[in-house]
Amino acid sequence: MAEAKLLSGNDACVQGALAAGVRFFAGYPITPSTEIANAFARELPRRGGIFMQMEDEIASMGAIIGASCTGTKAVTATSGPGFSLMQENIGYAAIAEIPCVIINVMRYGPSTGLPTSPSQGDFMQTRWGSHGDRPVIVIAPYTAREAYRETGRAVNLSETYRVPVIVLMDEILGHLRERVEFRDEDLVQEISRKGPEPGKPFLPYENTEDGVPPFADFGTGYRYHITGLIHDETGFPTNNPVEVDTIMRRVNGKLDMHIRDIERTRFVDADDAEILIVAFGSVARSAHEVVRTLRNEGKAVGMVRPVTVWPFPDEDIRTAVAGKKAVIVPEMNLGQMVREVERVVAGAVPVHALNRIDGLLVTPHEIRDLVEDLL
Amino acid sequence: MGKKRFNVTVDRTICKACGICVAFCPMSVFTTDHDDKAVVSVPERCTGCRQCELLCPDFCITVVQVEEAADG
Amino acid sequence: MGEIHEKYLRMDKMPHIWCAGCGNGIIMGAFITAIDRLGYDKDEVAAVSGIGCSGRITGYMDFNTIHTTHGRALAFATGIKLAKPRLKVFVFMGDGDAVAIGGNHLIHACRRNLDMTAVIFNNHIYGMTGGQFSPTTFKNKNATTAPYGTTDPDFDIAQLCIGAGATYVARGTSYHARLLTDLIVKGAEHPGFSVIEVITHCPVNFGRRNNFESPAQMLLWQKEHGVAARKAKTMPLEDMEGKFTIGELYRSTEIPEYLEEYGRVIQAANEEKKS
Ligand SMILES: Cc1ncc(C[n+]2csc(CCOP(=O)(O)OP(=O)(O)O)c2C)c(N)n1
Ligand code: SF4
Ligand code: SF4
Repeated sequence: MAEAKLLSGNDACVQGALAAGVRFFAGYPITPSTEIANAFARELPRRGGIFMQMEDEIASMGAIIGASCTGTKAVTATSGPGFSLMQENIGYAAIAEIPCVIINVMRYGPSTGLPTSPSQGDFMQTRWGSHGDRPVIVIAPYTAREAYRETGRAVNLSETYRVPVIVLMDEILGHLRERVEFRDEDLVQEISRKGPEPGKPFLPYENTEDGVPPFADFGTGYRYHITGLIHDETGFPTNNPVEVDTIMRRVNGKLDMHIRDIERTRFVDADDAEILIVAFGSVARSAHEVVRTLRNEGKAVGMVRPVTVWPFPDEDIRTAVAGKKAVIVPEMNLGQMVREVERVVAGAVPVHALNRIDGLLVTPHEIRDLVEDLL
Repeated sequence: MGKKRFNVTVDRTICKACGICVAFCPMSVFTTDHDDKAVVSVPERCTGCRQCELLCPDFCITVVQVEEAADG
Repeated sequence: MGEIHEKYLRMDKMPHIWCAGCGNGIIMGAFITAIDRLGYDKDEVAAVSGIGCSGRITGYMDFNTIHTTHGRALAFATGIKLAKPRLKVFVFMGDGDAVAIGGNHLIHACRRNLDMTAVIFNNHIYGMTGGQFSPTTFKNKNATTAPYGTTDPDFDIAQLCIGAGATYVARGTSYHARLLTDLIVKGAEHPGFSVIEVITHCPVNFGRRNNFESPAQMLLWQKEHGVAARKAKTMPLEDMEGKFTIGELYRSTEIPEYLEEYGRVIQAANEEKKS
């Protein structure tokens, strides 16, 4: 497969989604995600797929859920203001368990913010943005190559676990064009949701052992009901406390049952490091650079990079920080992921936040200064 | 020629006592009971217009044509 | 219940939750009668609804059904239809659902002309939330959020949809149930986006507050105020004061259906790929 291409992160997302079998896109233009819509508009019709420019992001989210009800793999892409508008329907997809993928190319917020500047300000919103308890998988690539592979994986995880998956990009990753050399491990598989077992009675929200009920595509002979009201195993509304508790625990617990398949954490010189940097997305590029240069100087620095950022990789972080002198969490926000790290570390090691909120990337220089202070 | 006859029934168990059939039956076939639920009082007057069937929001009423036609 | 109900309703969900005398049940009856007349296979029908009393309709009918979010039924329906054009897609919305929170989706669905049929339950009030005024509540009516009477001008849903580009627009009432079935059949057969506005009644949250003593009185109001569109054309304007037209109001076959147009996009994209 070793094939080299010049790709932006946004283009890589599109290529990865197509490779995973996505045939439906609905969206509304917004910087810095617009290139994704442009590319889908070009590519989908060639593959017999549908590209739809909707009237807003609420409609875009609704349309991809609708398309997914028929078994079609569907994606939308947006940034801050649009991502905020999508929250109600993301919650819907989570509780109705309809696979779909949302690519959020983060820009500086709140509100209209700095449309062309990067940010990591939506880290918590991706997890908690809708009302109520809902599951979600969030994947944060850090290169174009990874954006390709991880968007493909996002589609597959969404299909496998019937859950909305968010690909968390940012302005830098979205726009940066990189020479990408695809290798065998970048090959994107096509995985589709499991369907009802023929001959077995179909319970659309069955409390299955693996936590994931089979999905019947609309128009395949299973006439059933989908609703955002809390429902029982048959899919119809219930307010029986036992049934409510059962479905809410299953829906919110199903990802934990498969956490090893969902989590993906990358380690760079972490084992023998004294100082550990925990970073994701484009900030991890700066952190990586710091590890490289300081290691050349013989300094014991390492990095842990959650690729799957939600569910947060508690175990990976806990093991990695054990016995370290200090942990640094650089972010382009006022400190969001650092709260998760602090929760997991639970006081065992000092945790230092490094935050930049001027619309610029956290530089290797800044991180290096802090590392050297702490060494 | 025999006059067509109809069998009108109300499913009392699902009637919500809204009074629509009573108000709109052009032949005043219905009255109400102590619960205000519909009662088929004078079925022989039914001409089979099916207005009650169409307007009952709870689908309680069925109007079925009776096979044999009595002489008028 | 008759054969039609047994064939098209989820009988184990009966009786429905709607209040005594509510127009929603009448509309559901007219709708399943239309489906029966159309002869559609139940597996090939997708019924999509928003949130409100009217939105509950999808839970009762034995099709591929989805109860979506408030105002967004058309967005979900658009995805379903585009992804599986074979399905016959019907969309059910209340007046608040369709022209307040979902107004943007409605006008754009009209403009696109994707082959779906929308049935809008216009009871002139927010039923489910207990009687707040909606964009179709007439002036000087009482609502919980208008204790001194409404001041807002109201929308004419059918005219709004004609203006926005829907290619089949009709208005029925829950009183004229036979006509309503006819209009739904015609709307479904029309290749393009069809809207059937249904003037209906909420006896509990609109009627009681606005001097209607019974559901029957509200149906009588529909009977007396609904004027056949053809007849209205010959009537002096002042005689139409306070009344509304019913029947087929607009139909156009000049504007192409959306998926037909999209077929050309696919063709162009494939030609470009080849060259
Ligand atoms: C986003 C959102 N806002 C508000 C509500 C609360 N809500 C539920 S139904 C409804 C209005 C119902 O009125 P209408 O659409 O006219 O339908 P009806 O109940 O009269 O059939 C509202 C405001 C909601 N569910 N979601
Ligand atoms: S119309 Fe139906 S629900 Fe209403 S009173 Fe008559 S039978 Fe009962
Ligand atoms: S509140 Fe009104 S619209 Fe809702 S079910 Fe009752 S009568 Fe019908």
